[in-house]
Amino acid sequence: MISLAGRDILHASGKFIFTGVGLGLLIGVTLSMAGIYRGMVDDADTLLDNSGADLWVVQQDTLGPYAESSSLYDDLYRGILTVPGVAQAANVTYLTMQVGEGARERRAMVVGVVPGGPDAPGQPQHLVAGRHLTRGHYEAVADLMTGLRLGEQVRIRRNQYRVVGLTRRTVSSGGDPMVFIPLKDAQEAQFLKDNDAIIHQRRRTAANPAFNRPGQPGTLEAVLASQTVNPSVNAVLVRLDPHADPDQVAGEIRRWKRLTVHTRAEMNEILQAKLIATSARQIFMFLVILSVVSAAIVAFIIYTLTLGKIREIAVLKLIGTRNRTIAGMIMQQAVGLGIIGFMVGKIAATLWAPIFPKYVLLLPGDAVRGFLIVVVICVLASLVAIRAALRVDPAEAIGG
Amino acid sequence: MAEPGLGIRIQGLHKRYGTGDTAVEALKGVDLAVAPGEVVGLIGPSGSGKSTLLKCLGAVVEPTGGRMTLGSDLIYHDGWRIPDLRALRRDKIGFVFQAPYLIPFLNVTDNVALLPMLAGRPNREARAAARELLAALDVAHRAAAMPSQLSGGEQQRVAIARALINRPPVILADEPTAPLDSERALAVIRILNRMARQYATAVIVVTHDEKIIPTFQRIYQIRDGRTHEEAGLGRMLE
Repeated sequence: MISLAGRDILHASGKFIFTGVGLGLLIGVTLSMAGIYRGMVDDADTLLDNSGADLWVVQQDTLGPYAESSSLYDDLYRGILTVPGVAQAANVTYLTMQVGEGARERRAMVVGVVPGGPDAPGQPQHLVAGRHLTRGHYEAVADLMTGLRLGEQVRIRRNQYRVVGLTRRTVSSGGDPMVFIPLKDAQEAQFLKDNDAIIHQRRRTAANPAFNRPGQPGTLEAVLASQTVNPSVNAVLVRLDPHADPDQVAGEIRRWKRLTVHTRAEMNEILQAKLIATSARQIFMFLVILSVVSAAIVAFIIYTLTLGKIREIAVLKLIGTRNRTIAGMIMQQAVGLGIIGFMVGKIAATLWAPIFPKYVLLLPGDAVRGFLIVVVICVLASLVAIRAALRVDPAEAIGG
Repeated sequence: MAEPGLGIRIQGLHKRYGTGDTAVEALKGVDLAVAPGEVVGLIGPSGSGKSTLLKCLGAVVEPTGGRMTLGSDLIYHDGWRIPDLRALRRDKIGFVFQAPYLIPFLNVTDNVALLPMLAGRPNREARAAARELLAALDVAHRAAAMPSQLSGGEQQRVAIARALINRPPVILADEPTAPLDSERALAVIRILNRMARQYATAVIVVTHDEKIIPTFQRIYQIRDGRTHEEAGLGRMLE
């Protein structure tokens, strides 16, 4: 059986290829949008994986360190360590801020962790170069996306930190790369006031008769000292014993310590259902709009091509061609256009994904689903043209 | 005159468009008979009913009364007697149009072989039959060309080959020489006569073309929806 659609596509290959490329770029944008969503979900999973925690202990009635601000006293972890089933507990702070200076300034999530090896919760799990934090001050481990190099100095607030290690795929839920620094430095960076504010606070404290009583000279010094120390962290990351039940341990901590505890599943839910839900809906809307636009383009092109062949279609019908042969020809052309478009789109999306500032994850499953959707859209889009072709009266081929 | 039951025979064919006061009687009892191997002319002024008659003969417009026989088959008698008109057009009727209307994306061979291919004949067999016809029409050397690469006369010969590929008992030719100069127009009529004899096909040529009218042995003139048979000069053929 001869393929009329294939012959027509070959005959008008230039027209089909140009239209296919245009459609393909649109499909490429659609695949990239899906890739951006997948990247956000993967970033969220990676964020949880990299924390190395089974439980996140945060301020009561908050959603934890990634979705809401949370403040805990930094000595709480000792009490948590006594709960049965807890293997390790470590303080952690998270603060998204500008790091570096001048032309090298960039946005990053500064993570304060207790110096130690990769086994401690909160530490970057895998380094690609250098070593983990071992000293209490002025060292940093940075994600490769920050552009920092081993041995380079980076300024965070007032202090300079030397990059002693590099890691990869450690990003916040917003896609910002992470910079790990010692916990004490991070606490200082998070809550540090500028010099003028410190001087004004000291003056006000000294002027307060309640703190500066004659005959009690030690009171003022004690109050001023307490004001310069920051005992807060954002969360305590808990790693459990191998056979401990996360829900049971979380329940114990909630009951005795009056804190909010999130398990891995709950934290996943917070990140995906709350933190990136709006972005996901936004992307979904884009996907719907792009699909409609693609369908409209295919429908318009196929309809125009069909109208250009009305006389030939009338002749085909007059000489006895079945309606289903004509409908098949138009539908195959639409699907052919979709296949050209999908191939161009897939190649384009793969080529431009690495230059996106945020992680774009192109999954083979999404490509397969995308291909099927493109085929369905093309089939539906061809219906308008098929309807026009089938309404052609074969008598139109006979003049008069 | 054709023998009853052979070629095409029409008796008392009527066609009315519309109903009531606005009804138009386009055909008012047309009689016509063409024998196998015969080429007749169908002439008449604009609006006389030529196209309507051609559409009725081509089974794309249903008459409102009368009788039509194609070969030995009764195809219309106050209603279609053939359930599949599409298959009737494909297998029993060949069409040649004013413009060749070749399928622009198929080469010459496939344009001719298309009908049997669509009917399920193996491609190789259909193409062999097409090449044989193209050779008979002296266009075998253009078998691989696309329609846009052919001259007007070559295109019309390919269209005739397409009309003949299924060996139909009748060919309806609608102004087949209109776009051609005298020499090519006469060549097309010669070909139609040769093919009609060779394949025992009845050919009806609807035309306004003064150049070719003298070539017909018999002419049907249609006026006010009725046919009047006249003897032609048959000049060119003698």
